[in-house]
Amino acid sequence: MSFELVLQYFLSGITSGSIYAIVAIGFNIIYNTTGIINFAQGEFVMLGGMTAISLSAFMPLPLAIACAVVITSIVGGLVELTFIRWLKNPGVLRMIIITIGVSILLREAALHVWDEKVRSLPYFTGNECSSISIFGAHISPQVIWVLAVCGTMVALLSLFFTRTLTGRSMRACSANRTAATLCGINAKSMVTFSFMLSAAIGALAGCVISPLTQTHYECGAPLAIKGFTVAILGGLGNTTAAVAAGLLLGVIEAFSISVLPVAFKDVIAIGILLAILFFRPSGIFGNKEAGRLKEF
Amino acid sequence: MPLLEVRNLNRRFGGLHAVNDVSFCVEAGTIKGLIGPNGAGKTTLFNLISGALKPDSGTVLFKGAPIHGLAPHAIASRGITRTFQNIKLFAKMSALENVMVGMHVRSSASMAMGMLNFPATWAEERHVRERALGMLAMLGVRHLADINAQSLSFGLQRHVELARALAAEPSLLLLDEPAAGLNMQETLRLGETIRQIRDRGVTVLLVEHDMSLVMTVSDEINVLSFGRMIAQGKPRDIQANPDVVRVYLGDDHA
Amino acid sequence: MQSSRYFPILIIAAIVVVLQLIVSGTGTGFYLTQLTMSAYYTIVVIGLCMLMGYAGQISLGHAGFFAIGGYTAAALTTADMTGLTHGPAGRLCVKAGLFLQTKDLYGATLAQCNPWLSCAIAVMATVVIAYLIGIPVLRLKGHYLAMATLGFGTIIYKIVLGTKVFGGADGISNVPPFFLVQGLRVSGNMTDRIPNYYIAWFLVIIAALLMHNLVNSRAGRALRSIHGNEDAAEAMGIDTARYKLHLFVISAVLASIAGIFLTHFNGGIGPSEASVMKSVRYVAIVAVGGMANLWGTIVAGIVLNFLSLRGYFGSYDEAVFGLILVLMMLFAPNGIVMNRSWNLLRNRKTENSPPHSPSLERQGEDEKSGKALDAAS
Repeated sequence: MSFELVLQYFLSGITSGSIYAIVAIGFNIIYNTTGIINFAQGEFVMLGGMTAISLSAFMPLPLAIACAVVITSIVGGLVELTFIRWLKNPGVLRMIIITIGVSILLREAALHVWDEKVRSLPYFTGNECSSISIFGAHISPQVIWVLAVCGTMVALLSLFFTRTLTGRSMRACSANRTAATLCGINAKSMVTFSFMLSAAIGALAGCVISPLTQTHYECGAPLAIKGFTVAILGGLGNTTAAVAAGLLLGVIEAFSISVLPVAFKDVIAIGILLAILFFRPSGIFGNKEAGRLKEF
Repeated sequence: MPLLEVRNLNRRFGGLHAVNDVSFCVEAGTIKGLIGPNGAGKTTLFNLISGALKPDSGTVLFKGAPIHGLAPHAIASRGITRTFQNIKLFAKMSALENVMVGMHVRSSASMAMGMLNFPATWAEERHVRERALGMLAMLGVRHLADINAQSLSFGLQRHVELARALAAEPSLLLLDEPAAGLNMQETLRLGETIRQIRDRGVTVLLVEHDMSLVMTVSDEINVLSFGRMIAQGKPRDIQANPDVVRVYLGDDHA
Repeated sequence: MQSSRYFPILIIAAIVVVLQLIVSGTGTGFYLTQLTMSAYYTIVVIGLCMLMGYAGQISLGHAGFFAIGGYTAAALTTADMTGLTHGPAGRLCVKAGLFLQTKDLYGATLAQCNPWLSCAIAVMATVVIAYLIGIPVLRLKGHYLAMATLGFGTIIYKIVLGTKVFGGADGISNVPPFFLVQGLRVSGNMTDRIPNYYIAWFLVIIAALLMHNLVNSRAGRALRSIHGNEDAAEAMGIDTARYKLHLFVISAVLASIAGIFLTHFNGGIGPSEASVMKSVRYVAIVAVGGMANLWGTIVAGIVLNFLSLRGYFGSYDEAVFGLILVLMMLFAPNGIVMNRSWNLLRNRKTENSPPHSPSLERQGEDEKSGKALDAAS
């Protein structure tokens, strides 16, 4: 394989990998605060993209994206309020099934609000023909947007969790909910906020990747599986590791096209998921402690 | 040959050396008490013997054969059963069914035979049922047989759990704080029951905080503190042992 | 003692017969087709009910086993085996009836696999795969278990969707009928509608019988004890890993057999049978019926599948099952088909607990008291 081809695959890999990483971070945020794995995470990405596409018909693109992010974030909050908040002491089995049901409802609602057609946002800069040349590899400028937006999100989140009061409160909640409540932190609000935050970052990721991968009502589900794979790969709850793991999965997937039929690309991610679950559930970077699931 | 022999058993949890080079024996037909302040490592020791935990090093010999590292169900089928500190009865099953599960190691109907409802299993089922009822009767709770085990009061749940552990006809019975939550009268009756169990040929290893129970019922007592075995002997000697007293009551010159 | 245990089975059999007579009598014979299909889907659900309700293991990939059965049978019975029949071993197989000589559209002779043979191979394949998957998967708990089964189901889906042998997106059609005994065959033929209805329901009753026996046996007690408290079950000498694995395989085989028979009945199979949505549907039905409630699950299976197949849910079909799932888990985690009248029908010995027996709530409490993820896994 020539250097340009390798670079091409690599760039393609880290592009999709960034999205997986964002989805994984969304999983982690909710998991950290609540111990729930939110199977509907992928749908937030889908909703962000679809909403932005509809809004962009009568708004300038940046505004459409901003509104889409806000709307999806509100949807995330509503999901938490409607389905999660008032449950007292549910078992894990119940929570799993509820979030799966929620993801189905969101997906079917999207199908009926929009339709099954495939759509996409316009390219942020240029169009589908423009391409930039990097060391011989040709990529769309949108790739730069994806990497930049995702990178900025990760950096901002990191600052948020370490420097702001709300962020620190959320970390307190995830470490020890009771102690956090005793310190005056409203744990319930933190849970709602974590859903809203996860939905928001998912939505933004959905917007920025839409020109490249198109958006349709079913695009959330595969993202959820891959995002979950990445989250586990990095160690559940570990946000920085999720970034590394996401990029890794994206690159592996991209290079797999050179040896496997394209139809089996998704199988790679699932294969990795199963391998991790069977052999090292605490993830590559996690410790044994992370392998045991939280209660909530 | 002692029934149970523990040699140089070690178990760490991160930085905590929960069981530190512990060695002791339990002779068949006796009641051995295991005491020590909270956090001394008694339940960990139990878990190491019953197979719920694997030791970092050391051996556990039961009837001369090594059992350390075996799965809990394998150890149970060799004749060691236990009760739990926080009573682990089976949810959604009646008291009788709980005890019938206790007889799992003494019965043999396979899954296939169960599905096809072979007549051969009918006799075994009847036998299991009768013995389970007998166990409940022996502990004075036969009338509770069909009641959902989890809706019973704490003290009665303890009886059911004990019946379940005995139903397996073990050679060694591990009792993890059986008197916790019992009042004085119930504790006295428990002591009687434990003695009856010993008289039926079951060896008992007992972890307990209630001194009145341990001192009156045990043939021999071992004392654990911070993971180490610090004393061993007859109840009267243990009571008089200054190290034991210090471990429980602290030191004037601390 | 034994006869009262089978009372619910007799009720079901009676309902089945009555239903058929009503349907045939009122000229709505086409309902029989959907009822037959519902029966086969109910077999899957029976196995899943045992797995989820009694062993406490969630499976989001059971459609995968259905597909393994159906696709294997379909592929083997539609593939042309003439290439294999030339050698002495091949001729022996034809003589033994393992291969059937049929004619294709143009009158040339084909050799096709005898459906009995393909059925046996499909079931064996299912057993092998279920064991291979089950061993690592059943060591997982909670979300990990759910995701692993989801992953398994998705892999099967991708394989049948992307492989030419399995017909890709179109699936496999022209699956020949399955001749059971003289005069009785599993096929979609109009004339065979009534016999096929009874064949399907006969299988349902057999499955229910076997599972009902299992629950009331020593092994069933062991399984329920695993669900009740896995640590204590281990301490009582029960090899929990082995029991969970065996039950997993049994439930997989039930799904697989349903797949095989339904494929012959429908004359074909498509990739949607392996999809995640189908798996979710099965879980939803078990949730409605009550996770440890065999009879409730059967009723829910018939009703929900029939309504869905008749198209009563329209384009909201998937949404309905999603909604059912959510509502059930929020408000009735123990199922809704659990009321006083069912208690009368049920054998007193199977359920000694009072009607509102805590199952999913209690698991939450168990977890609170210090034990991480066990029975809910």
